[in-house]
Amino acid sequence: MSRLLRFARDLGPLYLREVRYSLRIRAYLVMSIVQPILWLILFGQLFGAVGRLPEFEDATYLAFLTPGLAVMTASWSSAYAGMGVIRDLDRGIFDRLLATPVSRTALIGARGLHSATVVMLQALIILGTAFALGVRPPGGLEGVAAVLAAAALLGAAFGGASTGLALVVRKEETMLALTNFLVLPLLFLSSLLITRELMPEWMARMAAFNPVDWAVTFGRAGFRGQGWSAYGTELLLLALFAATCWILAGRSFARFRRRE
Amino acid sequence: MNAVEVRDLAKTYRNGVEALRGISFEAGSGSVFGLLGPNGAGKTTAVRILCTLSSPTSGSARVAGHDVVRERRRVQENIGYVAQGSTVDPEATGRENLMLQGRLQRVSRDALDERADRLLASFGLTEAADRRVQGYSGGMKRKLDLAMGVVHGPRVLFLDEPTTGLDPEARRSVWRELTRLTREEELTVLLTTHYMEEADLLSGRVAILDAGRIVARGSPDGLKSDIRGDRVTVELEDEDRTEEAGTVLRGLDSVVDAATDPESGLLHAHVTHGARAVPDLVAALERSGLTVAEVALSRPTLEDVYLEATGQTFEEAAEAAGDGEDAGVRA
Repeated sequence: MSRLLRFARDLGPLYLREVRYSLRIRAYLVMSIVQPILWLILFGQLFGAVGRLPEFEDATYLAFLTPGLAVMTASWSSAYAGMGVIRDLDRGIFDRLLATPVSRTALIGARGLHSATVVMLQALIILGTAFALGVRPPGGLEGVAAVLAAAALLGAAFGGASTGLALVVRKEETMLALTNFLVLPLLFLSSLLITRELMPEWMARMAAFNPVDWAVTFGRAGFRGQGWSAYGTELLLLALFAATCWILAGRSFARFRRRE
Repeated sequence: MNAVEVRDLAKTYRNGVEALRGISFEAGSGSVFGLLGPNGAGKTTAVRILCTLSSPTSGSARVAGHDVVRERRRVQENIGYVAQGSTVDPEATGRENLMLQGRLQRVSRDALDERADRLLASFGLTEAADRRVQGYSGGMKRKLDLAMGVVHGPRVLFLDEPTTGLDPEARRSVWRELTRLTREEELTVLLTTHYMEEADLLSGRVAILDAGRIVARGSPDGLKSDIRGDRVTVELEDEDRTEEAGTVLRGLDSVVDAATDPESGLLHAHVTHGARAVPDLVAALERSGLTVAEVALSRPTLEDVYLEATGQTFEEAAEAAGDGEDAGVRA
């Protein structure tokens, strides 16, 4: 059987297993739905006044925040994708699967697909909540699509990076500490909460190299209806970043399989 | 044809632990082969290499006719692997676990439904099949592991310590299932165990592994009858004088060797002929003023085979090995 055919056959069942897991862990499910809503309300209220500054071109701060929060939620939830890998390692499930002819690509690809699904659903929840709170995207459906694409790409990228990292560290505690340490600075070194014009210059300069900022910039441009073409660079960078993360994840997986 | 052929297989982990120091054995098709040894002997390492999860440092092995290094995929298609400790997915139901394993082992969808029903029924899991596995007992999980291991009808089934951690009743039930499986399926089983009784009961042939080397091999009965004589266990009224009694016994012609166990206060003697030796033994002890509280006579077990080959008991060997094997696997 060809590699591609095996991948296609195995991706479905493995993906469904991930979906099933998310649906059955009640706390996870509730958190995944409530958290984005909570963030939108809290941040929207807290920084509401900031939106009146001349640097903000959106109708309200909430409208400015919406694409950013979709990206922020995507970063958080996918950055923990590797925890599932460690869970399966500890339970011996990984080795059980590796003793079968299962497609190795599908084995980690299913996790990336799952990450992307979760963050897109969360982005939809955020968009829905924002809509209920009166936010109307000037970009219309195209704007919604841009936010979803930004979240999905960044989610897939972080999902890959997290999976790769998990296969290297293989310990829950290390994984948690590293993820917390890495994700938070990335979120704050971006135009997620305030415009780049209002950031200290050194931060704004660093943001230009930050995948989270690429996703925010691209998603927000689409949301505002500025047209995809205006932010094609960010989209391209983000796609390249996601691809790099998955190549690294693949390498770390290959290295993991040769560990003994 | 041999279902499993192992030639001079050696494995040294990166941390320097020599888990296997060159082992060779064959398991014929349709047989149950037991790899017996204390914890840390290298059993798990051997199974992991045969299941393509680990690479040998040197030597070679073929499973179902395929080389475990060069033809990994072919090996994977032909084996079932049941690891030490359950590897079921606790968030999925028994049936879901079984179906996923079947799908990934390329059982066709139509055949899989039927196969899953049949396996669940024969392992007594039909009623629990649609409940989540996290509520299963240890024995039920183990049976599900077994069902998953054979869902695709493999030619060779590897069982690493299939009953470790189970209570006696669950253990007997797993033994029954294994006996049934080997009868019903055209299957070669390679199992590892540190339970003598298990190896004795289930395997047609065994190899005894010690510190990465095979120290004895053959049928359980053959191995036991190769050991001449019997075992006598003596308990004295006065435990403090056990050491002294050992010296007395070692002086007798009918006694090959005698050893005291300071922990239990028992005296173990290896005698040439049990029925004749016991009266001599008791008389000699009484003459020295040692009162015998209890005497037990037993036929040799596989443990005695191991003792004879290595000069130590399973427990001593496991202790000496520490967690070497586990440490190596995690490295």
